[in-house]
Amino acid sequence: MFNVDMAFKKIINDPYQVVDEMVEGIVLAHSDLLKFANNNKRAVVRKDAPIKNKVGVLIGGGSGHEPAFLGYVGKGLADGAAIGNVFASPSPDPIVDATKAINGGKGVVYMYGNYAGDIMNFDMAAEMCQMEDIPVKTVLVTDDIASSPLEKKSERRGVAGDFYVFKIAGAAADMGMELDDVCRLAEKANDMTISMGVALGPCSLPHTLEPSFVLEDNEMEIGLGIHGEAGVRKGPLQSADEITTELMDKILNEMDGSKKVSVLVNGLGSTPLMELYIMYRKTYEILKKNQIEIHSSFVGEYVTSLEMNGASITLMKLDDELQPLLERETLCSMFRV
Amino acid sequence: MKKELSTNEFIKIIIAICDNVEKEKDYLSELDRATGDGDHGVTMSIGWSAVKEKVSTLENNFTFDKICMQIASSFLSAVGASAGPLYATALMRGGAKLKDLTVINSSQLSEFFDAAANGIQDRGKANLGDKTMLDVWLPTAKKIKDISSSTDNIIEILEQGSLTANEKMLSTKDMLSKKGRSSKLGERSRGHIDPGAASSALIFKTFYEATQNL
Repeated sequence: MFNVDMAFKKIINDPYQVVDEMVEGIVLAHSDLLKFANNNKRAVVRKDAPIKNKVGVLIGGGSGHEPAFLGYVGKGLADGAAIGNVFASPSPDPIVDATKAINGGKGVVYMYGNYAGDIMNFDMAAEMCQMEDIPVKTVLVTDDIASSPLEKKSERRGVAGDFYVFKIAGAAADMGMELDDVCRLAEKANDMTISMGVALGPCSLPHTLEPSFVLEDNEMEIGLGIHGEAGVRKGPLQSADEITTELMDKILNEMDGSKKVSVLVNGLGSTPLMELYIMYRKTYEILKKNQIEIHSSFVGEYVTSLEMNGASITLMKLDDELQPLLERETLCSMFRV
Repeated sequence: MKKELSTNEFIKIIIAICDNVEKEKDYLSELDRATGDGDHGVTMSIGWSAVKEKVSTLENNFTFDKICMQIASSFLSAVGASAGPLYATALMRGGAKLKDLTVINSSQLSEFFDAAANGIQDRGKANLGDKTMLDVWLPTAKKIKDISSSTDNIIEILEQGSLTANEKMLSTKDMLSKKGRSSKLGERSRGHIDPGAASSALIFKTFYEATQNL
């Protein structure tokens, strides 16, 4: 059972102000790169937005997944992010404000993880923007193979694969491609991106300080979602190599014969880099053994879940079209590619 | 016997809903931790607190449709999430049925709930039995419509609505979730009341009780 001695402690002021205060901090810290759209504290865009004759890339979702989504705003990646409450979709207001601020005349693509709340709010915002003659298209990220079988790929959740899908679309937009082409490449990137994760311990909402799920002291859960959605299997905690092998077995099932990948080992919030690199080591060994070339690797926190203890592995299968887009330079506030 | 509802009375009911949501927010979050991400109580609290703040600023001469629009947009702006578009659409569609009115009768109240329930269905695209708030809204709105054809006593109508809402909320416990985050749980979603159904039943219950206490 959840151990009462492990009560959640957070460095916060008022739990109902955490998002606003975080966003203020981020924009203050990175004032060279970021600004608010229409003075809306839930809509953050590139300082140089709008970029004329460039498709605007708008991402977004609930807070608590930092560096997603604000951290992805920058050159070669997203032009703006709409920010919701903790684990809750942003409302249409900031989405509309950000859309207007990043529209450079070629339209805007909305990209976010496949969650019912996000879809409703982004769709409402898209309708409002289209009434003002801003073309808007949407690409959903559905990379979590634990959440639905392959034949229901469109029902899968979006998790750490956000990173690759946003990166590809951001690069395509940065190269000056048209809205339809950016969307096609983003959809292709999504089709080529597969993730699976493991959780060892819960996070807690700042408002409740209750654990988001319960695991026994020596238990782990394979396939748990980034909001604590239940996974596919609970069992005794295994070694890093055993966990990595189980995740990679599932991921390699969907390789479709691809022979080149980029690898992302993502921490969910409180898993140390030490453990992520131990997982990477085994991932590398498994890919080598399967004669799959590793084009590039990313190890660290890219899509988190507050202080959740756990990690995920994401592969993006690469071809000649995606590879140069992945390689294109990016400059955003929380990391570089 | 109560045959009419004024905008001032409606605002008192809305404030009662705000207060009851605040009281029940921990229970709603607890329900959501079982099948979702545990924030439904927090979301509802944030949204209805914004509504409470908003109604204190409304002009006295506002009509039902204007009040509903103001409440809907303040709720939506404050929360986003799933609850935002769903409840906001309900209020906007319901309010649109009461255009320019400052007093409504039982059949207009019934139209309000009917349009609100249909709005939730349009926005969320769920079906009956998917284990969502729609499983409370559709049958409750229908019950209210049925009863209002035989009586014009608003209190009696709302009492029956509240009973139906409660019963339908409990019935979501045995359902298999087919919509939203909990749908990924498959069989494990059974045995838990849907949090959106619970907040919806709470709203119908409070609507009835607050009207009775007017």
